[in-house]
Amino acid sequence: MRDVAIIGVGMTKFGELWDLSFRDLFVKAALEAISNSHIDHIDSMYIGAMSSGLFVGQEHVGSLMADHLGATPIPATRVESACASGGVAFRQAFIEVASSLSDFVLAGGVEKMNDGADTTYALATAADQEYEVYHGITFPGLYAMIARAHAHKYGTTREQMAQVAVKNHDNGSKNPMAQFPMKITIDTVLNSSKVADPLRLFDCSPVTDGAAAVILCPAEIAKQFTDQPVQIIGSGQASDTIALHSRADLTKLEAVSRSAESAYKMAGVGPEDIDLAEVHDCFTIAEICAIEALGFVPFGEGGKAIEQNITTLNGKIPVNTSGGLKSKGHPVGATGVAQIIEVFEQLRGSCGERQVKEARIGLAQNMGGSGGSSTVHILKAI
Amino acid sequence: MVGIVGYGTYVPTYRIKVEEIALQWGDDPESIKKGLLLKEKTVPGPDEDTITISVQASKYALQRAEIDPKDIGSVYVGSESHPYAVKPSGTVVADALGIGPEVHVADFEFACKAGSEAMYAAYSHVKSKNMPYALAVGADTSQGAPDDALEYTAAAGGTAFIMGDNGKTIADILVTYSYTSDTADFWRREHQFYPQHTGRFTGEPAYFRHVLATARETLRRGNVAPEEIAYAIFHMPNGKFPLRVGKMMGFTMEQLEPGWVVPRMGNTYSGSSLTGLAATLDIAKPGDKILMVSFGSGAASDGFILSVNERINEVRRKAPTFEEMIESNKIYLNYGQYAKFRKKIIMNS
Amino acid sequence: MPSPRYTREIPQRFRLEAVKCDKDGKIYFPPRTGCISGKCKKFTPIKLKEEGSVLTYTVIHVAPTQFEAQTPYIVGIVELDDKVSITCQIVDCSPDEVEIGKRVRVVFRKIQEEGDHGIICYGYKCVLIR
Repeated sequence: MRDVAIIGVGMTKFGELWDLSFRDLFVKAALEAISNSHIDHIDSMYIGAMSSGLFVGQEHVGSLMADHLGATPIPATRVESACASGGVAFRQAFIEVASSLSDFVLAGGVEKMNDGADTTYALATAADQEYEVYHGITFPGLYAMIARAHAHKYGTTREQMAQVAVKNHDNGSKNPMAQFPMKITIDTVLNSSKVADPLRLFDCSPVTDGAAAVILCPAEIAKQFTDQPVQIIGSGQASDTIALHSRADLTKLEAVSRSAESAYKMAGVGPEDIDLAEVHDCFTIAEICAIEALGFVPFGEGGKAIEQNITTLNGKIPVNTSGGLKSKGHPVGATGVAQIIEVFEQLRGSCGERQVKEARIGLAQNMGGSGGSSTVHILKAI
Repeated sequence: MVGIVGYGTYVPTYRIKVEEIALQWGDDPESIKKGLLLKEKTVPGPDEDTITISVQASKYALQRAEIDPKDIGSVYVGSESHPYAVKPSGTVVADALGIGPEVHVADFEFACKAGSEAMYAAYSHVKSKNMPYALAVGADTSQGAPDDALEYTAAAGGTAFIMGDNGKTIADILVTYSYTSDTADFWRREHQFYPQHTGRFTGEPAYFRHVLATARETLRRGNVAPEEIAYAIFHMPNGKFPLRVGKMMGFTMEQLEPGWVVPRMGNTYSGSSLTGLAATLDIAKPGDKILMVSFGSGAASDGFILSVNERINEVRRKAPTFEEMIESNKIYLNYGQYAKFRKKIIMNS
Repeated sequence: MPSPRYTREIPQRFRLEAVKCDKDGKIYFPPRTGCISGKCKKFTPIKLKEEGSVLTYTVIHVAPTQFEAQTPYIVGIVELDDKVSITCQIVDCSPDEVEIGKRVRVVFRKIQEEGDHGIICYGYKCVLIR
């Protein structure tokens, strides 16, 4: 297996992008990534898209995007793993370059969520249709049940959860690509409308249109295309039961732990070596559970860690410097790739106001469903 | 002898008081309560219908019967509010209880008499040795039109009986009798949401004529006098009618009260007289004779005389009694919630 | 919900039919026909217990179209007494009455309807044991 690096990235602004279609979004991000990489072709591409069929009535996404990018006849593969679709697409691209099958592979993700579909229904298809969704559960509902279990077991408070949103909006206010770049307070969260008790509107990531793309190539030739390539030193992916109720411990994201273990092992680093992390904060409680599962804090102490500002921009381990899914936005299929882009930019020192000092090693964790799938990637500046 | 081997009643949690409905329409609650002898009625939860009520009542009947559901040869569900116009309720009930697939299933409809019809058919099957056991259910989630007198009474609930001849009957059936004529006192045409009725024509020519004829002939055939009957149950479209019929027949309040479930429940239509019978079995003693007369608009009555056996004392506690269900866990609705639950509000689909 | 999909799951939705692994006694709901975990080769059909305890719950205020008319409604994860957990609605009570650890009983209820024209889908919900 050869070393693989990222040489260029591109993404659309995240938000309600009324003038851009599903295909427009992807093509815009892909063209930007290709242009920034100074390459004249790609050999293959992977596109993470969770539910284009339900959101815009479009499947066969690989062909559609290759066509409109002008990339035919290259292999173009749509990848789906719910909200981890982007992370898995990135991993597939990584594997294809690492295996020497291709040299220049685009990993992208896209979701067009504001075209009038029932988003609550579409997102719920990531849970067990027959044994969870059938009974009226929603995604906020699943995470609300995790939140209540976490609060019951560890005493995690409503305020601690709200603080996750406050922190991420604070970071997002420094990100021009973010959908909701405004600062908020704990009261903003606690007074927002109820979505799935105990979670409220400001505990939830928004409904977002957007796309992101990165170009991967062999690390040994990366410097021909950019002065600051970023190497992928670890990649991990794991699965867990699709139904939350099948888990032995409702507060633990086992797939996150397992995917992190694989990535740490491949990278030869541990959680203490990570300078910053983008984690899957689809809901405030998810970030608390994720930083525990990634080993940044012991199980049960995620809430306290937030309260103690361990994960702020200037904290011991800055988490979601981009604003996270919460403030930056969560175009489901694009999220995993957009997280990679934030870590890439941080490691290159190009994040301006939200730049983490002396960032050398960064981690991106992307999760599907209520934790039924997870990818972890560890990147390093070279 | 052939008789009831298991019985079960289901009473929904939700209620609405006469005052709450009266307030909506500017009626005087006191005169309505006095006129109908009824203070509140049951309302089905938004996730309840004739099928779910039938399943729950039948489950309790099975708990008391202590038989293998597979031995039940027929499932008959009587209701005027079957959730489907075409597609049986009984198939859901059978599958939910693990009955069948070797089972005869049918839905009955005869206004408020559909439940006793089911009992009659189930009883006849067992008596003719067609099958060891037969399940009969009367259940309804009936609707009264807004601002109609029926809105105060149309309630939800149901009762199930398992008929058998296994030497372990709770009560033996001594007499059955039916009295029928074509009398259009109350009806609902296909595709109509609310039923129509003919006001006072529903009284003398309909309810009283059929119920009295049936009660008299049933007693005559059983060769028993009213004073030999421990308890009597007459269909309860409101509180008043069954008491008046009871009085005309010479029954005392003591004989009528245990089965007079309507003041706290309303009229559960196909479930009404069956629930009265179940509530009576809850308190009856071995040796007691019970008269039950149903009534269904259209119109007809079915009469039964039952004789209670020792086994009643063994099975009574194996499922909730009517009294436990009517008094525990009540949730009172306001008219808005009631209108939402009963789909009386036009929604944007 | 399309009728074929609904009908197939009736043994589980109506009667909580599961299977138990003959080797290690683990219960699978819905039933499995095979498993590569290496232990399970033969399964015996069983019916799950109809009482259990609330492990966690939520109150849904924003629902998919299908469930909009029901909001707010309570959904919980219930551990049945044979240690199998299910997700289902908890009904006939106010959210204030539900707590982690409370005892519940399975009841048969209407779960969803395909509008006014489609099939009515039934299944299990739970009520508090009072």
